[in-house]
Amino acid sequence: MVTCVNDAMFPDVGKATLTLLRRLGVDVEFPTAQTCCAQPMVNTGYLDEAVPVVRTFVDAFAGYDHVVAPSGSCAGSCRHQHSIVARRSGDAGLQRAVEEVSPRVLELSEFLVDVLGVEDVGAHYPHRVTYHPTCHSLRMLGVGDRPTRLLRAVKGLDLVELPAAEQCCGFGGTFAVKNADTSVAMGSDKARHVRETGADVLVAGDSSCLMHVGGLLSRQRAGVRVVHLAEVLASTEASAREVAS
Amino acid sequence: MSRTFLGTPAFPEAARAALADPQLRRNLAHATGTIRGKRAAVVSELEETGEWEQLRLAGAAIKDQTLLHLDEHLVALEESLVAAGAVVHWARDAEEACAVVASIAHGHGFDEVVKIKSMATAEIGLNEALAAEGIAAWETDLAELIVQLGDDLPSHILVPAIHRNRAEIREIFLREMAGAGRPAPDDLTDEPARLAEAARLHLREKFLRAGMAVSGANFAVAETGTLVVVESEGNGRMCLTLPEVLVSVVGIEKVVPTWADLDAFLQLLPRSSTGERMNPYTSTWTGVTPGDGPQEVHVVLLDNGRTRALADEVGRQALRCIRCSACLNVCPVYERTGGHAYGSVYPGPIGAILTPLMRGVGEDEQVDSLPYASSLCGACYEVCPVLIDIPSVLVDQRAQVVDARRGQVSHVGEAAAMKGAAWAFGRASRLGAVERATGLAGKFLGRRRVDPGGRGVVSRLLGPGGAWSEARDLPAPPRESFRAWWRRTNGADT
Repeated sequence: MVTCVNDAMFPDVGKATLTLLRRLGVDVEFPTAQTCCAQPMVNTGYLDEAVPVVRTFVDAFAGYDHVVAPSGSCAGSCRHQHSIVARRSGDAGLQRAVEEVSPRVLELSEFLVDVLGVEDVGAHYPHRVTYHPTCHSLRMLGVGDRPTRLLRAVKGLDLVELPAAEQCCGFGGTFAVKNADTSVAMGSDKARHVRETGADVLVAGDSSCLMHVGGLLSRQRAGVRVVHLAEVLASTEASAREVAS
Repeated sequence: MSRTFLGTPAFPEAARAALADPQLRRNLAHATGTIRGKRAAVVSELEETGEWEQLRLAGAAIKDQTLLHLDEHLVALEESLVAAGAVVHWARDAEEACAVVASIAHGHGFDEVVKIKSMATAEIGLNEALAAEGIAAWETDLAELIVQLGDDLPSHILVPAIHRNRAEIREIFLREMAGAGRPAPDDLTDEPARLAEAARLHLREKFLRAGMAVSGANFAVAETGTLVVVESEGNGRMCLTLPEVLVSVVGIEKVVPTWADLDAFLQLLPRSSTGERMNPYTSTWTGVTPGDGPQEVHVVLLDNGRTRALADEVGRQALRCIRCSACLNVCPVYERTGGHAYGSVYPGPIGAILTPLMRGVGEDEQVDSLPYASSLCGACYEVCPVLIDIPSVLVDQRAQVVDARRGQVSHVGEAAAMKGAAWAFGRASRLGAVERATGLAGKFLGRRRVDPGGRGVVSRLLGPGGAWSEARDLPAPPRESFRAWWRRTNGADT
């Protein structure tokens, strides 16, 4: 599952996920019928509108062993919210399909560490990096230190601790526009903490949170890049040479 | 002393005003940070042994079981109270509860009462109702006194004057104490000990004079008819023992079946609220004890929307709440906006669900804005001593707001946007078409600036996107979506 945000806005994250999983020997497919996990509708209160989206989701992903998403938030939505939407639909068939498919959704670091059993994915990323644990990975899925274990095994990567790392960045889906002032106040504190680390790159496992904090850093001309965890883990010495040439 | 939350605008607007106050932001960040640290220290002691999780599970289970048979436990409580010599009153709403308290005071000819900090009496606006009846209600909790003297509103469940620093408190004391009783000393400084001393002297004459006290209760034990008040300052003990008449306003969800049930809560509450292993004062009283303490004891059992909340399948877990405030102290939204923005005596994450649950949604824009006053980060759920899944209740309340408002003019724009998104996400071919359109737009939008990664940046969006771009850039949409790339290369070219 590439996720709608990555599909439409950050295709490189989808490509990096594909590259990484293939390098680790996984048989990966991109079911082209996929769209979105329906979280934007569910979290704004539009449950009826979420029903056809969840239906599309389970149809697209039925029959796979694992559904891997480069997003803690989307994985969390599938695992914790799809059953609510299915119940709302009153459709017993959809409820059964959700019970079957949605629990199989894993966030990238969960899949790498728990299913593949790897921490060193053979990546090379020679940058000073700080990591923001996004709320839904941390508190909804409980991914714990899996992402930082993966990052610590990356060659050349200098991981610096982010102050107040576990505090929300303020994105929050439609919260970012419905409560834009509060969202920006939270994000500004996060951006300040990122700048304090002196890191060149802010890494997280959710593109939407990175889009928010990155948008603030960009406006502040902070010179800090935001990069998805999948892109870091997909990088190798060979791919860096390719880019350089 | 008649300020109320009436007229508070919807949360986004109220928050904007609060965010613009840098002093408030500093006071809040300092205070919530301090309490967070204290809580974390005393909770981690029990987390290491696994005991904390067991206490949380026990607390949640006791409350759930009690709520499931609330009718029976309340009748048992009433019987025990009456047997112990107390008078029990049932109040359906704020108006009924306030009328009961006022009539008791009038019956004795009292024109003043002393009060223990109580969320239930704040919720029903008791002080204002008594004032309208010519009865002065004096708050005796230090923070409530600061709020009352400053003609201010509470902004936190546990520390209602959290938005004030000590320099501000000194000014309030110097300016206002004389008008309410014993004045503050002229040479008052902002040292905490001096401020507390001034409050103590000011309150002492009220304690010694008052014929009637009004309290809430943290717990009400059904088997014995015992009420429990947990506090830090000793003002509660004064109110509960000195006056002849004691009236307690108790929410119906405060009942627990047995004394043994207090075991879990008296460990959970102080650690979660003040960050202490044990609170300094725990007072328990069972009706009237002849010759000792109040000789006339009343208990007002208050509904005021709790039955409505109990009927809500997802939201009823909010009635487990023991008013510890841990969720406020960890909430990144609360830390920045403070409590006044929530327009209720119950601010923060718990307030954002309790207020709509108790009042109902679909009628008041301010109430309906509260479930949206959260980024759903889940920090509240993580610390809740009775495991209230606040994020899930928030999401469910949002759905109830949307369902109640379907077809209303104020919600037409958002509903259309969501319907449009649902249409596009309903089929991959439609989403692909939308992505091609945004990709095309991106070609023109992102030409002025590039980010450090070399990607085009959009700095100004129109329409609803303006709320995003006021302070945040947006990467220009890519020319080719992942989907389009996959179609072109069949995923071969990575």
